[in-house]
Formats: sequence, C-alpha cells, structure tokens
Amino acid sequence: MAEIYINGQPCVVEDHVTVLDAARQLGLFLPTLCKMENRSAIGACRLCVVEIEGARTLQVACATPVRDGMEIFTQSRRVREARQMIVELLLSEHCGDCQTCERSGDCELQDIAREMGIREVRFEGERLPCEIDDSTPALIRDSGKCIKCRRCVTVCGDTQAVGALFPQGRGFDTRIGPAFSMDLDEVPCVQCGQCAAVCPVGAITERDHIDGVWEALQDEKKHVVVQTAPAIRAALGECFGYEAGTLVTGKMTSALRMLGFDGVFDTNFTADLTIMEEGTELLNRLKKALVDHAQVALPMFTSCSPGWIRFAEFFYPNFLPNLSTCKSPQQMFGAVAKTYYAKKMGIPAEDLTVVSVMPCTAKKFEAQRSEMNDSGVQDVDYVLTTRELAEMIQSAGIDFKSLKNGKMDAPMGLSSGAADIFANTGGVMEAAIRTAYELVTGRPLPMDNLHVQPVIGLEGIKEAALKIENPLPEWAFLDGVEMRVAVAHGLNNARKVMEAIKSGYKTYHFVEVMTCPGGCIGGGGQPRFTDDSVRLKRINAIYQEDEGKELRTSHNNPQVAQIYKEFLGEPLGERSHHLLHTHYMPAKCPSD
Amino acid sequence: MLVEDACMEEAHNHETDELSQQELLEKLDEIIDHYGADKGALIPILQMAQSLFGYLPDPVLSKISARLEKPFSEVAGVVSFYSFFSRTPQGKHQIRVCLGTACYVRGAKEVLTSLKKELGIDLGESTEDRCFSLEVGRCFGACGLAPVAMVGTDVHQRVKPSKMKALLQDYRLSFSSEEEGGEE
Repeated sequence: MAEIYINGQPCVVEDHVTVLDAARQLGLFLPTLCKMENRSAIGACRLCVVEIEGARTLQVACATPVRDGMEIFTQSRRVREARQMIVELLLSEHCGDCQTCERSGDCELQDIAREMGIREVRFEGERLPCEIDDSTPALIRDSGKCIKCRRCVTVCGDTQAVGALFPQGRGFDTRIGPAFSMDLDEVPCVQCGQCAAVCPVGAITERDHIDGVWEALQDEKKHVVVQTAPAIRAALGECFGYEAGTLVTGKMTSALRMLGFDGVFDTNFTADLTIMEEGTELLNRLKKALVDHAQVALPMFTSCSPGWIRFAEFFYPNFLPNLSTCKSPQQMFGAVAKTYYAKKMGIPAEDLTVVSVMPCTAKKFEAQRSEMNDSGVQDVDYVLTTRELAEMIQSAGIDFKSLKNGKMDAPMGLSSGAADIFANTGGVMEAAIRTAYELVTGRPLPMDNLHVQPVIGLEGIKEAALKIENPLPEWAFLDGVEMRVAVAHGLNNARKVMEAIKSGYKTYHFVEVMTCPGGCIGGGGQPRFTDDSVRLKRINAIYQEDEGKELRTSHNNPQVAQIYKEFLGEPLGERSHHLLHTHYMPAKCPSD
Repeated sequence: MLVEDACMEEAHNHETDELSQQELLEKLDEIIDHYGADKGALIPILQMAQSLFGYLPDPVLSKISARLEKPFSEVAGVVSFYSFFSRTPQGKHQIRVCLGTACYVRGAKEVLTSLKKELGIDLGESTEDRCFSLEVGRCFGACGLAPVAMVGTDVHQRVKPSKMKALLQDYRLSFSSEEEGGEE
C-alpha cells in the first residue's frame, strides 16, 4: 500500500495503481478523452495532466503509477491552464460543426470544453481536411473530426483482434484509419461498431437510417413493421435519463406505436425460432457424428452475431462449415415477416417495410448482404441502432418517461425468457441448453432457476459441461455423452477459442460467440458510454426480464408452434431451410 | 556471413535486378526466418526488405504482416511513419536532404529547391531513368557540417545550391556507364 496526498488530502491506495485510478477512488474524476477501462494507458490526449511534487514537468495521471509519499495536485493553476490549453488546441484543429454534428449533446470533447469553461479558442490552427469514408453499409468515418485519441485503435486491435485501424503517417498529418489511405471496405473490418461506441467525438458513427424510416412511415402505400432486439429494452432508457439497466419494454412498445409503426413485433419471437432451428441442427450434427459416424463439422458455432460471421469469413475460412447455417434472429424475422405475415395480412412483400432496432452496427451490414432476400425482396429494409431510435423518439416530441406500458402485437410478438437472454453473453447457449435438454430427456433442465451459471457473466471465455443421462428412446445415442460447450464474447476471446480448437488443445460440441464485450447488451449501437458496470446492469436487467416470464423455454412458445403448424412445417424442413438458413463465403482481405 | 550483411550487399549489387520477384520473396522469407518471425523485429525486417526490393511494394508488406501475425494496418502505420521507408520504386541513388534545425537555418531548403529543379522531380519521386530519387532526411547527426545531404550512403557536407549540378554529374556518369556496359 502507498500513502499519497491528493491536493493535500492523505489517502492510502494500493501500490502500482495509476494516479488517475487513485484519484477516482477519492471521487475525483480527472478529465480524459483517451483512457479506457481495463486497457493500458494510451496517453494520447494529455488531458489528465497533474502536478507532482518534485517533478519538473506535468505528468499524465493515466500513465503515472503512485509511489509512497507522492504529493499530487490536480487543480492547481498550472494544471488548469495546461488543460485549458490542450482543449483549445484540440478545438483549434477539430472540424467543429457542433450544431449539426451527429454527436452534438453526446460528445465528450464538447462536454469537457463546457466543463472547463472554454469560452473562446485563442488559436486558429491549420485543420485536417474532412475526408469522409462511407464505403461500408454500417459506419461513416470523418477524418476532420478525429482527435487522434486512439481509443478506436485499441478497441479494434486489442478487444476485437481485428486490427483494421491504426495511426498512419506522423505528426500533424497522422490519420487514424485503415492501412495507408484505404477505406474500410478495402480491409478486413467486421463493422462491429465498437470504434463508434468508444469514439469521444463524431469521427466514427453509424450510417444513419432515420430518414429512410421516416419516409417509409409517411408513405401511405407502405405497411411498416418494426422488430426490436432484446438488448434494446435494457438500454434505451439510458437515453432518457433512466439508470442503466432499467427495463423499458412497455414504454418502448408504446413509443414505437406513437411513431406510427403498423406492427410492433419482437425479434425475440425469431430468437425462439432460432433455438428451434439451431437446436435441431446441433442434435442432427451430433447424430451424424455419433450414430452414422459421418464426417461432420463440430463444434458447431452460433451464427446470430454478424460481426463474428464476418470475422470467421475473413480470418477462419476453414471453419465456415462449423457455423450454424441459421440466419440471425433479425434476418429470420425479415424473411418470415415478408412471407408468413405478409400473406396473413394480404399485403404484397414489396409494400411491406421491415425496420429493425438493433444494439448493433454490423446488423446494418448484415441486412444488406446479397443472400438476405429469400422473401424475394430485401428481407430487412432498415436497421436503427438503439441511439437512432432514441433520436427518433426525441425528434417526434414523445415524452418517453410519461408513456404507459404497451404490448407487442401478435403473431410475432410473444417470446420466451430464453429469447430475452440472447442479449447477454452466454444467453444463446443457455437458451439452447434449456430447450435441447428438455427435448432430449423429456425433463426440464435440472438447474437453479434454469440458469447455466458457468456461462453467465463477464469473464472472456467460459466453459461448461453437461452430462446427458436417461434420454428419451429416440435420443438414446446421447446417453452418457458429456456435452462440452464454450462461450466467448469480444472477438479477441473468440480468436483465443478458435486457436485452441485449431491446435487441438480444446474440443467442444457447441460454441457461442458474440462479437461485442458482454454480448449484444454491449453492442456498437448502444447508448454511450458502455463500461463493465453498465454492461452488468444491462445483463441483470435482461435476466430479470427472463425470470419475470411464465414462458422460459423457446420450444414452449405457442406462437412458434403456430408458425410451424401454419407455415413452416418443421425445424430444418424445406420451407425453414429456404427462409431461415443461409450460407457463408470466405472473404478475401484486399491486402492479401 | 550474417543474413543482414548478405542482403545489404546484395541490394547494392546490380545482380538483384536479375532475381525474379519469386526469388526475392523467398529471400524475404529467409530474412523473416532469421528473426524467428518475432513481432518485435518489424522495423529491421522492413529495412532489409527495402534493401532487397529497393522499395516496399504492397505484396511484400502483406507477407511481412502475415508472417509476423501483425495487422496490415499496423505494418502500414510503421511504414508511413518513417520517412526512410518508401512504397514507390527508388532511383539507384537516393538523395536525402536533411531539413533538421541546423541544416534548415543554414540553407537546406534552398539546396532542396535547387535539387528539385536540377532533377525535375518533386519530393518522393524518382527521375525517369531511375538514376535518382529525392527525399527529405531527418537529422543524420552531422549538424556541425550543415547543411548536409546524403546520396546513397555518401555524406556530402556544407552543400551549396549552386554546386548541385556538379555533385549530380559524378553519379550520372557512373550510372550511364553501367547502363551501357551492363554488368560491371
């Protein structure tokens, strides 16, 4: 332990913590535009400078470890003047179209300038040109707004192990971006949007679909339906002043109805459908391997997360046969809405617009994949992030907090708790286990409150094993088999699992991968700023939603039974195969 | 002989022109093997690759990126950070004019202007006959001799704008005799 003095106040902190963390423990938040939780200091923005007794120059708090007896001054005149100077210099070269910037009101640079009382920028510096990269369906980059904090570089390279972004060039001319001056579509970017989630300014944002949605809503010829992913209900409230982890399912439903959607549905419904299809697919693969002794790709990987799909297509093309062929719930919804629902309502698919609200930017990319038009037209037309939906609600003048709880529509609005937990890391796995165990043994999963504890929580890679005993006669071949599963979230963790499987160090039957840390609740389209405490609150809210339902397992969802009876036939049947399944293609990195 | 020395020598030797791209890539593999594909050896590997190929074409960078298991963006970041690295083919004689503080105040900028005029090329370009290419150098550590320019590995001290033509002439002569005579 070290005894230090912050602004004269003595305090005892652990050895080797940084001055920044020590100050936080005292309830003192030093400004920073680059530091990220659980990541080593970048030291790029210099805003957290402090004065340390005996040091000639100011030191950055984020990269300076404490030592016994250290005297630190965080608000001396010298420190305040230096910080103001730094902010002014940042502003002097920043393309500051604040009134019209997408990040206005949600911008860390703007906040810091306000908090520091910057009233004028004394310097007129040279500015970087605003070069716009709008090459991908999901993300827009604007070099003129970039303050070179390198958070995106850290998250892309370390958290996601993608490495699409890196500082290029040197000095004033440094650009943060793909190799040399390439655009994002020329490099192996998976479009997860974690860069947009951590960007303190408007240098990387999602591609806006708001105008298209308004236009469809105004068009009298169009019947516009909306689906909301489970992660939205646990995060949307944050945009309206609610504490992180407040469930706003009912208010969200009412707000969507007020915006003018003709049908308000739940992606959860197709999450239940996913479990039916994916569970059947897994059992079929196991049967082929264990009974027919056929060559079959195991472990099977989940396929709900489009960033992970793209990652596998870029970096692990040999494992593409291992990916479940199931489309993601978003795409299953689009395909079913434009066939089953359209037919039920007597609306031609061309006149039906499907909007989805997703915690994710990669879903924008997924919706535009050329395979995703099995209904005959593009299955999902527009994808809004949680942030974009909040913006629409605000611009419509809807007083979100005063709304009454609404209910989603039939026939695609009812869902099980198993579908809710798709939002959390480990959730798809737990949902699949709940159903597979019951289908195979005829008994409910013998676990406390149906939770598979080892796959819950924020640990990067989680494993579980489940021994199957006394199965129903048709599944006798599984008797005594120990099912080994793994769960990874954040693509760096996925990469570790892939390497362990590739080298033969680990063998599993089923692996869940979610692209973003924490799962969809930590997606690239969620309200900013997402750290682990926010992730945990959202995760808990989702489990609360699950536990609050009578219906906890996908295969017991009556609307799911209904759609199989009326339309799809059976899981993996001909129509299911056509509408609910897809295929993958190795993607070439242009730099190869 | 160390692999480094072999490559450096080879790069300065005209024979390299006759090695096929494939053979050069194999040599690059040897260099990377020499460093045990160590991620930390990115800069020396890039230096030697540039000696070997004369510049750093994208397929070379891709190979280095793949073998060192480093993202292409990071390799590109390092290449674009250092003025020493070049992605365009260089002339036989690379001229680097130091624009460090000491050289700058003693007229290096005028030297550079004179060279540009004399060669008819801008910074980062090569003459059509591939005899010269022109770059800005960072400090060579010879500030007492400012302004300094390097041609290949030769250091020229206290250079004057008016003497550039004469300076280039010697290199031109040796270049054209080699061109005519083929192998020395």
